[in-house]
Amino acid sequence: MSEIADKVKKIVVEHLGVDESKVTPDASFIDDLGADSLDTVELVMAFEEAFSVEIPEDAAEKITTVKDAIDYIEKQKAA
Amino acid sequence: MQSTGLTSGQRRVVVTGMGIVSPLGLGVERNWSRLVAGENGFGRISSFDASDLPAQVAGEVPAGPTESGGLTLSDWIPVKDQKKMDRFIHLGLVAATEAVEDSGWKPESEEDRCRTGVMIGAGIGGLQTIYEASVTVKEGRARRLSPFFIPSALINLVSGHVSIKYGFKGPNHSVVTACATGVHAIGDAARMIMLGDADVMVAGGAEAAVCPLGIAGFCSAKALSTHFNDTPEKASRPWDRDRDGFVMGEGAGIVVLEEYEHAKARGAKIYAEVIGYGMSGDAHHITAPAAGHEGAFRAMQNAVRSAGLTPADIQYVNAHGTSTMADDLELDAVERLFGDDARNLAMSSTKSATGHLLGAAGAVEAIYSILAIRDNVAPPTLNLDNPSRESVIDRIAHTAQERRIDTILSNSFGFGGTNASVILRGV
Repeated sequence: MSEIADKVKKIVVEHLGVDESKVTPDASFIDDLGADSLDTVELVMAFEEAFSVEIPEDAAEKITTVKDAIDYIEKQKAA
Repeated sequence: MQSTGLTSGQRRVVVTGMGIVSPLGLGVERNWSRLVAGENGFGRISSFDASDLPAQVAGEVPAGPTESGGLTLSDWIPVKDQKKMDRFIHLGLVAATEAVEDSGWKPESEEDRCRTGVMIGAGIGGLQTIYEASVTVKEGRARRLSPFFIPSALINLVSGHVSIKYGFKGPNHSVVTACATGVHAIGDAARMIMLGDADVMVAGGAEAAVCPLGIAGFCSAKALSTHFNDTPEKASRPWDRDRDGFVMGEGAGIVVLEEYEHAKARGAKIYAEVIGYGMSGDAHHITAPAAGHEGAFRAMQNAVRSAGLTPADIQYVNAHGTSTMADDLELDAVERLFGDDARNLAMSSTKSATGHLLGAAGAVEAIYSILAIRDNVAPPTLNLDNPSRESVIDRIAHTAQERRIDTILSNSFGFGGTNASVILRGV
Protein backbone atom coordinates (compact mmCIF):
# COMPACT_ATOMS: atom_id res chain seq x y z
CA MET A 1 0.00 0.00 0.00
CA SER A 2 1.30 3.44 -0.89
CA GLU A 3 2.29 6.03 1.65
CA ILE A 4 -0.65 8.18 0.55
CA ALA A 5 -3.11 5.30 1.00
CA ASP A 6 -1.74 4.65 4.47
CA LYS A 7 -2.13 8.26 5.49
CA VAL A 8 -5.65 8.52 4.06
CA LYS A 9 -6.66 5.44 5.97
CA LYS A 10 -5.25 6.85 9.17
CA ILE A 11 -7.14 10.13 8.75
CA VAL A 12 -10.40 8.29 8.09
CA VAL A 13 -9.96 6.11 11.18
CA GLU A 14 -9.20 9.14 13.30
CA HIS A 15 -12.01 11.37 12.07
CA LEU A 16 -14.82 8.83 11.83
CA GLY A 17 -13.82 6.77 14.84
CA VAL A 18 -14.12 3.51 12.92
CA ASP A 19 -12.11 0.32 13.15
CA GLU A 20 -9.16 0.19 10.77
CA SER A 21 -10.32 -3.10 9.28
CA LYS A 22 -13.47 -1.41 7.98
CA VAL A 23 -11.53 1.18 6.00
CA THR A 24 -11.24 -0.84 2.78
CA PRO A 25 -10.69 0.83 -0.61
CA ASP A 26 -14.32 0.37 -1.61
CA ALA A 27 -15.76 1.55 1.69
CA SER A 28 -18.15 4.48 1.26
CA PHE A 29 -17.75 7.20 3.88
CA ILE A 30 -21.48 7.66 4.26
CA ASP A 31 -22.90 4.19 3.52
CA ASP A 32 -20.24 2.03 5.20
CA LEU A 33 -18.34 4.20 7.66
CA GLY A 34 -21.18 6.11 9.33
CA ALA A 35 -20.23 9.60 8.16
CA ASP A 36 -22.80 12.34 7.63
CA SER A 37 -22.48 15.23 5.16
CA LEU A 38 -20.64 17.43 7.68
CA ASP A 39 -18.20 14.60 8.45
CA THR A 40 -17.30 14.36 4.76
CA VAL A 41 -16.67 18.12 4.57
CA GLU A 42 -14.32 17.80 7.53
CA LEU A 43 -12.61 14.74 6.01
CA VAL A 44 -11.87 16.60 2.79
CA MET A 45 -10.45 19.49 4.82
CA ALA A 46 -8.25 17.06 6.71
CA PHE A 47 -6.98 15.60 3.41
CA GLU A 48 -6.23 19.09 2.11
CA GLU A 49 -4.32 19.91 5.26
CA ALA A 50 -2.40 16.64 5.47
CA PHE A 51 -1.36 16.51 1.81
CA SER A 52 -1.11 20.26 1.12
CA VAL A 53 -3.52 20.01 -1.81
CA GLU A 54 -6.57 22.02 -2.80
CA ILE A 55 -9.70 19.95 -3.37
CA PRO A 56 -12.32 22.14 -5.11
CA GLU A 57 -15.94 21.63 -4.18
CA ASP A 58 -17.00 19.83 -7.37
CA ALA A 59 -14.10 17.40 -6.99
CA ALA A 60 -14.86 16.91 -3.28
CA GLU A 61 -18.42 15.92 -4.11
CA LYS A 62 -17.12 13.01 -6.18
CA ILE A 63 -14.93 11.67 -3.38
CA THR A 64 -17.31 9.20 -1.74
CA THR A 65 -15.07 6.20 -1.05
CA VAL A 66 -11.63 5.63 0.45
CA LYS A 67 -10.31 4.75 -3.01
CA ASP A 68 -11.75 7.96 -4.51
CA ALA A 69 -9.74 9.96 -2.00
CA ILE A 70 -6.51 8.03 -2.55
CA ASP A 71 -6.82 8.25 -6.35
CA TYR A 72 -7.55 11.98 -6.30
CA ILE A 73 -4.64 12.80 -4.01
CA GLU A 74 -2.20 10.54 -5.89
CA LYS A 75 -3.18 12.26 -9.13
CA GLN A 76 -2.66 15.71 -7.62
CA LYS A 77 0.66 14.71 -6.17
CA ALA A 78 1.83 13.22 -9.49
CA ALA A 79 0.87 16.33 -11.44
CA MET B 1 -51.98 15.81 48.44
CA GLN B 2 -53.58 19.15 47.62
CA SER B 3 -52.64 21.16 44.61
CA THR B 4 -52.23 24.85 45.11
CA GLY B 5 -51.56 28.06 43.27
CA LEU B 6 -49.86 27.72 39.93
CA THR B 7 -51.13 24.20 39.55
CA SER B 8 -54.64 24.58 40.91
CA GLY B 9 -57.16 23.40 38.37
CA GLN B 10 -54.29 22.86 35.96
CA ARG B 11 -51.92 20.09 35.09
CA ARG B 12 -49.43 19.68 37.92
CA VAL B 13 -45.71 19.31 37.25
CA VAL B 14 -43.28 17.23 39.30
CA VAL B 15 -39.56 16.48 39.17
CA THR B 16 -38.82 12.82 38.46
CA GLY B 17 -35.15 12.85 37.46
CA MET B 18 -32.04 14.89 38.29
CA GLY B 19 -28.46 15.14 37.02
CA ILE B 20 -25.51 17.34 38.02
CA VAL B 21 -22.00 17.96 36.76
CA SER B 22 -20.22 20.61 38.84
CA PRO B 23 -16.89 21.53 40.40
CA LEU B 24 -17.96 19.16 43.22
CA GLY B 25 -17.87 16.33 40.67
CA LEU B 26 -20.28 14.18 38.70
CA GLY B 27 -23.54 12.94 40.09
CA VAL B 28 -26.36 14.28 42.24
CA GLU B 29 -25.58 12.26 45.37
CA ARG B 30 -21.85 12.98 45.28
CA ASN B 31 -22.58 16.70 44.88
CA TRP B 32 -25.03 16.70 47.77
CA SER B 33 -22.87 14.77 50.21
CA ARG B 34 -19.85 16.97 49.48
CA LEU B 35 -21.97 20.12 49.73
CA VAL B 36 -23.48 19.14 53.07
CA ALA B 37 -20.02 18.17 54.35
CA GLY B 38 -18.85 21.73 53.69
CA GLU B 39 -16.45 20.81 50.89
CA ASN B 40 -15.75 23.08 47.92
CA GLY B 41 -14.74 22.64 44.27
CA PHE B 42 -12.20 25.44 43.87
CA GLY B 43 -8.62 25.60 42.73
CA ARG B 44 -6.27 27.64 40.62
CA ILE B 45 -7.35 27.59 36.99
CA SER B 46 -5.81 24.51 35.38
CA SER B 47 -7.35 24.42 31.90
CA PHE B 48 -5.27 27.34 30.61
CA ASP B 49 -2.52 29.67 31.78
CA ALA B 50 -4.31 32.45 33.66
CA SER B 51 -1.16 33.95 35.17
CA ASP B 52 -1.57 37.24 33.30
CA LEU B 53 -5.17 37.71 34.48
CA PRO B 54 -6.23 39.31 37.77
CA ALA B 55 -8.56 36.37 38.59
CA GLN B 56 -6.80 33.00 38.67
CA VAL B 57 -9.28 30.91 40.66
CA ALA B 58 -12.22 28.89 39.36
CA GLY B 59 -14.40 25.87 39.99
CA GLU B 60 -13.53 23.41 37.25
CA VAL B 61 -15.21 20.05 36.74
CA PRO B 62 -12.61 17.56 37.99
CA ALA B 63 -11.13 15.18 35.41
CA GLY B 64 -10.70 11.59 36.49
CA PRO B 65 -12.29 8.16 36.63
CA THR B 66 -16.10 8.13 36.47
CA GLU B 67 -16.35 5.91 39.56
CA SER B 68 -14.62 8.52 41.69
CA GLY B 69 -16.79 11.36 40.42
CA GLY B 70 -14.40 12.70 37.79
CA LEU B 71 -15.14 13.41 34.16
CA THR B 72 -13.89 10.84 31.66
CA LEU B 73 -15.60 12.09 28.55
CA SER B 74 -15.23 8.89 26.52
CA ASP B 75 -17.43 7.11 29.10
CA TRP B 76 -20.28 9.38 28.00
CA ILE B 77 -19.75 10.61 24.43
CA PRO B 78 -18.12 8.69 21.55
CA VAL B 79 -14.68 10.14 20.74
CA LYS B 80 -15.63 11.00 17.17
CA ASP B 81 -18.60 13.06 18.38
CA GLN B 82 -16.73 14.96 21.09
CA LYS B 83 -15.09 17.34 18.62
CA LYS B 84 -18.50 18.30 17.26
CA MET B 85 -19.46 19.87 20.59
CA ASP B 86 -18.09 22.62 22.78
CA ARG B 87 -17.41 21.67 26.40
CA PHE B 88 -20.71 23.18 27.61
CA ILE B 89 -22.51 20.61 25.43
CA HIS B 90 -20.34 17.80 26.82
CA LEU B 91 -21.23 18.81 30.38
CA GLY B 92 -24.91 19.25 29.51
CA LEU B 93 -25.09 15.82 27.88
CA VAL B 94 -23.46 14.11 30.86
CA ALA B 95 -25.90 15.71 33.33
CA ALA B 96 -28.87 15.02 31.03
CA THR B 97 -27.86 11.38 30.78
CA GLU B 98 -27.87 11.07 34.57
CA ALA B 99 -31.24 12.85 34.83
CA VAL B 100 -33.00 10.84 32.11
CA GLU B 101 -31.70 7.53 33.44
CA ASP B 102 -32.65 8.56 36.98
CA SER B 103 -36.22 9.26 35.81
CA GLY B 104 -36.56 5.84 34.21
CA TRP B 105 -38.55 7.46 31.39
CA LYS B 106 -37.95 5.57 28.15
CA PRO B 107 -40.74 6.40 25.73
CA GLU B 108 -41.37 3.40 23.47
CA SER B 109 -44.23 4.70 21.34
CA GLU B 110 -44.04 7.46 18.76
CA GLU B 111 -46.79 9.29 20.62
CA ASP B 112 -44.86 9.21 23.90
CA ARG B 113 -41.71 10.43 22.15
CA CYS B 114 -43.66 13.32 20.65
CA ARG B 115 -44.94 14.24 24.12
CA THR B 116 -41.39 14.47 25.53
CA GLY B 117 -39.41 17.66 24.97
CA VAL B 118 -36.17 19.36 25.91
CA MET B 119 -35.45 22.86 27.26
CA ILE B 120 -31.77 23.22 28.16
CA GLY B 121 -30.12 26.62 28.02
CA ALA B 122 -26.79 28.30 28.61
CA GLY B 123 -25.75 31.81 29.48
CA ILE B 124 -22.92 32.10 27.01
CA GLY B 125 -22.58 28.86 25.03
CA GLY B 126 -19.51 27.78 23.09
CA LEU B 127 -17.17 30.60 24.02
CA GLN B 128 -13.91 28.64 23.73
CA THR B 129 -15.03 27.20 20.38
CA ILE B 130 -15.79 30.70 19.09
CA TYR B 131 -12.40 31.90 20.34
CA GLU B 132 -10.51 29.10 18.55
CA ALA B 133 -12.48 29.61 15.34
CA SER B 134 -11.74 33.33 15.46
CA VAL B 135 -8.03 32.58 15.66
CA THR B 136 -8.32 30.31 12.61
CA VAL B 137 -9.97 33.11 10.63
CA LYS B 138 -7.50 35.70 11.89
CA GLU B 139 -4.66 33.48 10.67
CA GLY B 140 -6.14 33.63 7.18
CA ARG B 141 -7.37 30.04 7.32
CA ALA B 142 -11.10 30.70 7.08
CA ARG B 143 -11.46 27.88 4.56
CA ARG B 144 -10.18 25.49 7.22
CA LEU B 145 -12.96 26.33 9.66
CA SER B 146 -14.56 23.09 10.85
CA PRO B 147 -18.05 22.37 9.52
CA PHE B 148 -18.86 21.62 13.16
CA PHE B 149 -17.94 25.10 14.37
CA ILE B 150 -21.48 26.53 14.29
CA PRO B 151 -23.33 23.52 15.77
CA SER B 152 -20.61 23.24 18.41
CA ALA B 153 -21.11 26.80 19.60
CA LEU B 154 -24.90 27.21 19.40
CA ILE B 155 -26.61 27.40 22.79
CA ASN B 156 -29.64 25.31 21.84
CA LEU B 157 -27.48 22.38 20.76
CA VAL B 158 -27.50 20.78 24.23
CA SER B 159 -31.25 20.43 23.73
CA GLY B 160 -30.60 19.27 20.18
CA HIS B 161 -28.19 16.53 21.18
CA VAL B 162 -30.40 15.30 24.04
CA SER B 163 -33.37 15.17 21.67
CA ILE B 164 -31.36 13.16 19.13
CA LYS B 165 -29.78 10.83 21.69
CA TYR B 166 -33.10 9.80 23.26
CA GLY B 167 -35.50 10.32 20.36
CA PHE B 168 -37.47 12.99 22.23
CA LYS B 169 -39.62 14.64 19.54
CA GLY B 170 -41.60 17.16 21.57
CA PRO B 171 -40.71 20.85 22.05
CA ASN B 172 -36.98 21.35 21.37
CA HIS B 173 -36.29 24.70 22.96
CA SER B 174 -33.62 26.65 24.79
CA VAL B 175 -33.29 29.55 27.20
CA VAL B 176 -30.69 32.33 27.10
CA THR B 177 -31.02 34.72 30.04
CA ALA B 178 -27.41 34.92 31.29
CA CYS B 179 -27.19 33.78 34.91
CA ALA B 180 -30.97 33.38 35.23
CA THR B 181 -31.06 30.71 32.49
CA GLY B 182 -31.37 27.64 34.73
CA VAL B 183 -34.42 28.88 36.63
CA HIS B 184 -36.11 30.23 33.51
CA ALA B 185 -35.58 26.87 31.78
CA ILE B 186 -37.24 24.96 34.62
CA GLY B 187 -40.07 27.47 34.98
CA ASP B 188 -40.78 27.78 31.26
CA ALA B 189 -40.59 24.02 30.70
CA ALA B 190 -42.98 23.44 33.62
CA ARG B 191 -45.42 25.85 32.02
CA MET B 192 -45.16 23.99 28.71
CA ILE B 193 -46.30 20.87 30.52
CA MET B 194 -49.07 22.77 32.34
CA LEU B 195 -50.30 24.20 29.05
CA GLY B 196 -50.28 20.76 27.42
CA ASP B 197 -47.43 21.17 24.95
CA ALA B 198 -45.72 18.12 26.45
CA ASP B 199 -46.06 15.56 29.25
CA VAL B 200 -42.34 15.31 30.01
CA MET B 201 -39.61 17.96 29.62
CA VAL B 202 -35.88 17.60 30.18
CA ALA B 203 -34.90 21.05 31.46
CA GLY B 204 -31.93 22.93 32.86
CA GLY B 205 -28.72 24.70 31.98
CA ALA B 206 -25.12 24.03 31.03
CA GLU B 207 -22.04 26.26 31.00
CA ALA B 208 -18.30 26.02 30.37
CA ALA B 209 -16.89 29.54 30.39
CA VAL B 210 -13.72 28.88 32.39
CA CYS B 211 -11.66 29.81 29.34
CA PRO B 212 -9.50 32.84 28.46
CA LEU B 213 -12.37 34.85 26.96
CA GLY B 214 -14.74 34.05 29.80
CA ILE B 215 -12.36 34.84 32.63
CA ALA B 216 -10.84 37.91 30.93
CA GLY B 217 -14.27 39.23 29.98
CA PHE B 218 -15.73 39.00 33.48
CA CYS B 219 -12.44 40.40 34.84
CA SER B 220 -12.86 43.46 32.66
CA ALA B 221 -16.41 43.82 33.98
CA LYS B 222 -14.85 43.80 37.50
CA ALA B 223 -17.10 40.92 38.44
CA LEU B 224 -14.58 38.27 39.58
CA SER B 225 -12.75 37.73 42.86
CA THR B 226 -9.07 38.65 42.56
CA HIS B 227 -7.77 38.75 46.16
CA PHE B 228 -7.78 35.05 46.92
CA ASN B 229 -5.63 33.61 44.13
CA ASP B 230 -3.43 31.84 46.69
CA THR B 231 -6.36 30.59 48.79
CA PRO B 232 -8.95 29.48 46.22
CA GLU B 233 -11.18 27.84 48.84
CA LYS B 234 -11.74 31.24 50.46
CA ALA B 235 -12.56 33.20 47.29
CA SER B 236 -16.33 32.62 47.16
CA ARG B 237 -17.76 34.19 50.35
CA PRO B 238 -21.34 35.40 49.87
CA TRP B 239 -22.43 38.16 52.29
CA ASP B 240 -19.00 38.22 53.93
CA ARG B 241 -17.45 41.67 54.36
CA ASP B 242 -14.26 40.55 52.56
CA ARG B 243 -15.99 39.28 49.42
CA ASP B 244 -14.60 40.83 46.26
CA GLY B 245 -16.39 39.24 43.32
CA PHE B 246 -17.71 35.90 42.13
CA VAL B 247 -15.71 32.81 41.32
CA MET B 248 -16.49 31.29 37.96
CA GLY B 249 -17.66 27.69 37.97
CA GLU B 250 -18.63 25.33 35.17
CA GLY B 251 -21.04 22.45 34.89
CA ALA B 252 -24.64 21.53 34.21
CA GLY B 253 -27.84 20.86 36.11
CA ILE B 254 -30.69 19.00 34.44
CA VAL B 255 -34.08 17.91 35.74
CA VAL B 256 -36.79 15.74 34.22
CA LEU B 257 -40.13 17.49 34.68
CA GLU B 258 -43.27 15.45 34.30
CA GLU B 259 -47.01 15.89 34.49
CA TYR B 260 -48.09 14.54 37.90
CA GLU B 261 -50.65 11.94 36.72
CA HIS B 262 -48.23 10.75 34.04
CA ALA B 263 -45.51 10.24 36.64
CA LYS B 264 -47.92 8.52 39.04
CA ALA B 265 -49.28 6.21 36.37
CA ARG B 266 -45.86 4.81 35.57
CA GLY B 267 -44.82 4.58 39.22
CA ALA B 268 -42.01 7.10 38.87
CA LYS B 269 -40.25 8.36 41.98
CA ILE B 270 -41.30 11.95 42.59
CA TYR B 271 -38.79 14.36 44.15
CA ALA B 272 -40.82 17.56 44.33
CA GLU B 273 -43.53 19.60 42.68
CA VAL B 274 -42.95 22.86 40.81
CA ILE B 275 -45.61 25.00 42.50
CA GLY B 276 -44.50 28.56 41.77
CA TYR B 277 -42.58 30.58 39.21
CA GLY B 278 -42.01 34.31 38.98
CA MET B 279 -40.12 36.59 36.61
CA SER B 280 -39.27 40.26 36.37
CA GLY B 281 -37.06 42.79 34.63
CA ASP B 282 -35.10 45.57 36.32
CA ALA B 283 -35.29 48.14 33.50
CA HIS B 284 -32.31 49.73 35.20
CA HIS B 285 -28.75 48.80 34.14
CA ILE B 286 -27.01 46.17 31.99
CA THR B 287 -25.06 44.60 34.87
CA ALA B 288 -26.04 46.24 38.19
CA PRO B 289 -29.27 45.57 40.06
CA ALA B 290 -31.50 48.44 41.17
CA ALA B 291 -31.58 49.73 44.77
CA GLY B 292 -33.06 47.20 47.19
CA HIS B 293 -32.96 44.69 44.32
CA GLU B 294 -36.56 45.58 43.67
CA GLY B 295 -36.51 43.43 40.52
CA ALA B 296 -35.59 40.42 42.62
CA PHE B 297 -38.32 41.37 45.08
CA ARG B 298 -40.94 41.36 42.34
CA ALA B 299 -39.71 38.06 40.86
CA MET B 300 -40.00 36.40 44.28
CA GLN B 301 -43.35 38.06 44.93
CA ASN B 302 -44.68 36.82 41.60
CA ALA B 303 -43.48 33.29 42.37
CA VAL B 304 -45.12 33.30 45.82
CA ARG B 305 -48.35 34.64 44.31
CA SER B 306 -48.37 32.05 41.52
CA ALA B 307 -47.93 29.31 44.13
CA GLY B 308 -50.91 30.64 46.10
CA LEU B 309 -48.67 30.82 49.18
CA THR B 310 -47.54 33.42 51.65
CA PRO B 311 -43.80 33.82 52.35
CA ALA B 312 -44.34 32.15 55.76
CA ASP B 313 -44.93 28.86 53.90
CA ILE B 314 -41.32 28.85 52.66
CA GLN B 315 -38.60 27.51 54.97
CA TYR B 316 -35.52 27.74 52.75
CA VAL B 317 -34.26 30.15 50.10
CA ASN B 318 -31.35 29.21 47.86
CA ALA B 319 -30.00 32.68 47.17
CA HIS B 320 -28.48 33.93 43.97
CA GLY B 321 -25.72 35.17 46.34
CA THR B 322 -22.74 35.36 44.01
CA SER B 323 -20.20 36.83 46.48
CA THR B 324 -20.47 40.33 45.02
CA MET B 325 -21.74 43.63 46.38
CA ALA B 326 -25.22 42.65 45.13
CA ASP B 327 -25.53 39.97 47.87
CA ASP B 328 -26.79 42.52 50.38
CA LEU B 329 -29.32 43.87 47.89
CA GLU B 330 -30.80 40.41 47.50
CA LEU B 331 -30.84 40.16 51.29
CA ASP B 332 -32.76 43.47 51.41
CA ALA B 333 -35.31 42.09 48.98
CA VAL B 334 -35.77 38.79 50.84
CA GLU B 335 -36.15 40.58 54.20
CA ARG B 336 -38.71 42.92 52.69
CA LEU B 337 -40.70 40.03 51.19
CA PHE B 338 -40.69 37.88 54.32
CA GLY B 339 -41.19 40.70 56.82
CA ASP B 340 -41.62 39.28 60.35
CA ASP B 341 -41.38 35.74 58.99
CA ALA B 342 -37.76 36.32 57.99
CA ARG B 343 -36.66 35.22 61.48
CA ASN B 344 -37.84 31.67 60.75
CA LEU B 345 -36.15 31.49 57.36
CA ALA B 346 -32.98 29.68 56.35
CA MET B 347 -31.16 31.07 53.32
CA SER B 348 -27.80 29.99 51.95
CA SER B 349 -25.67 30.46 48.89
CA THR B 350 -24.28 27.19 47.57
CA LYS B 351 -22.13 29.22 45.19
CA SER B 352 -19.77 29.38 48.17
CA ALA B 353 -18.96 25.73 47.35
CA THR B 354 -19.42 25.53 43.57
CA GLY B 355 -18.75 29.05 42.33
CA HIS B 356 -21.10 30.70 39.88
CA LEU B 357 -22.09 28.31 37.11
CA LEU B 358 -23.72 31.15 35.14
CA GLY B 359 -26.44 29.61 32.94
CA ALA B 360 -26.24 26.30 34.82
CA ALA B 361 -26.43 27.85 38.30
CA GLY B 362 -30.21 28.05 38.66
CA ALA B 363 -30.76 24.43 37.69
CA VAL B 364 -27.96 23.04 39.87
CA GLU B 365 -29.25 25.10 42.81
CA ALA B 366 -32.85 23.99 42.26
CA ILE B 367 -31.61 20.39 42.54
CA TYR B 368 -29.68 21.17 45.73
CA SER B 369 -32.88 22.73 47.09
CA ILE B 370 -34.90 19.63 46.24
CA LEU B 371 -32.38 17.57 48.19
CA ALA B 372 -32.75 20.04 51.06
CA ILE B 373 -36.45 19.14 51.08
CA ARG B 374 -35.73 15.40 50.83
CA ASP B 375 -33.26 15.34 53.71
CA ASN B 376 -34.52 18.30 55.78
CA VAL B 377 -31.05 19.83 55.61
CA ALA B 378 -30.08 23.38 54.70
CA PRO B 379 -26.70 23.38 52.91
CA PRO B 380 -24.13 25.85 54.23
CA THR B 381 -22.80 29.21 53.10
CA LEU B 382 -19.04 28.71 53.31
CA ASN B 383 -16.64 31.49 54.32
CA LEU B 384 -19.36 33.64 55.89
CA ASP B 385 -16.99 34.70 58.67
CA ASN B 386 -18.05 38.31 59.14
CA PRO B 387 -21.36 39.29 57.52
CA SER B 388 -21.13 42.73 55.96
CA ARG B 389 -24.47 43.36 57.59
CA GLU B 390 -26.52 41.52 60.16
CA SER B 391 -29.85 39.90 59.43
CA VAL B 392 -32.48 37.92 61.30
CA ILE B 393 -32.33 35.39 58.47
CA ASP B 394 -30.17 32.37 59.29
CA ARG B 395 -27.67 32.21 56.46
CA ILE B 396 -26.31 28.81 57.54
CA ALA B 397 -22.74 29.98 57.94
CA HIS B 398 -20.05 27.31 57.54
CA THR B 399 -22.02 24.19 58.51
CA ALA B 400 -25.15 22.51 57.17
CA GLN B 401 -28.17 22.50 59.48
CA GLU B 402 -30.98 20.05 59.99
CA ARG B 403 -34.21 21.97 59.65
CA ARG B 404 -37.74 21.11 58.65
CA ILE B 405 -37.93 22.05 54.97
CA ASP B 406 -40.91 21.23 52.78
CA THR B 407 -41.07 24.28 50.54
CA ILE B 408 -38.15 26.18 48.98
CA LEU B 409 -37.61 29.20 46.78
CA SER B 410 -34.56 29.44 44.52
CA ASN B 411 -33.38 32.71 42.97
CA SER B 412 -31.35 33.48 39.86
CA PHE B 413 -30.64 36.90 38.41
CA GLY B 414 -28.80 37.78 35.22
CA PHE B 415 -27.07 40.57 33.35
CA GLY B 416 -29.59 42.57 31.40
CA GLY B 417 -31.66 42.98 34.55
CA THR B 418 -33.46 39.64 34.33
CA ASN B 419 -34.75 37.89 37.46
CA ALA B 420 -36.37 34.51 38.04
CA SER B 421 -37.57 32.63 41.12
CA VAL B 422 -38.96 29.13 41.34
CA ILE B 423 -40.80 27.50 44.24
CA LEU B 424 -40.67 23.75 44.81
CA ARG B 425 -42.45 21.64 47.39
CA GLY B 426 -42.05 18.08 48.58
CA VAL B 427 -44.75 15.67 47.41
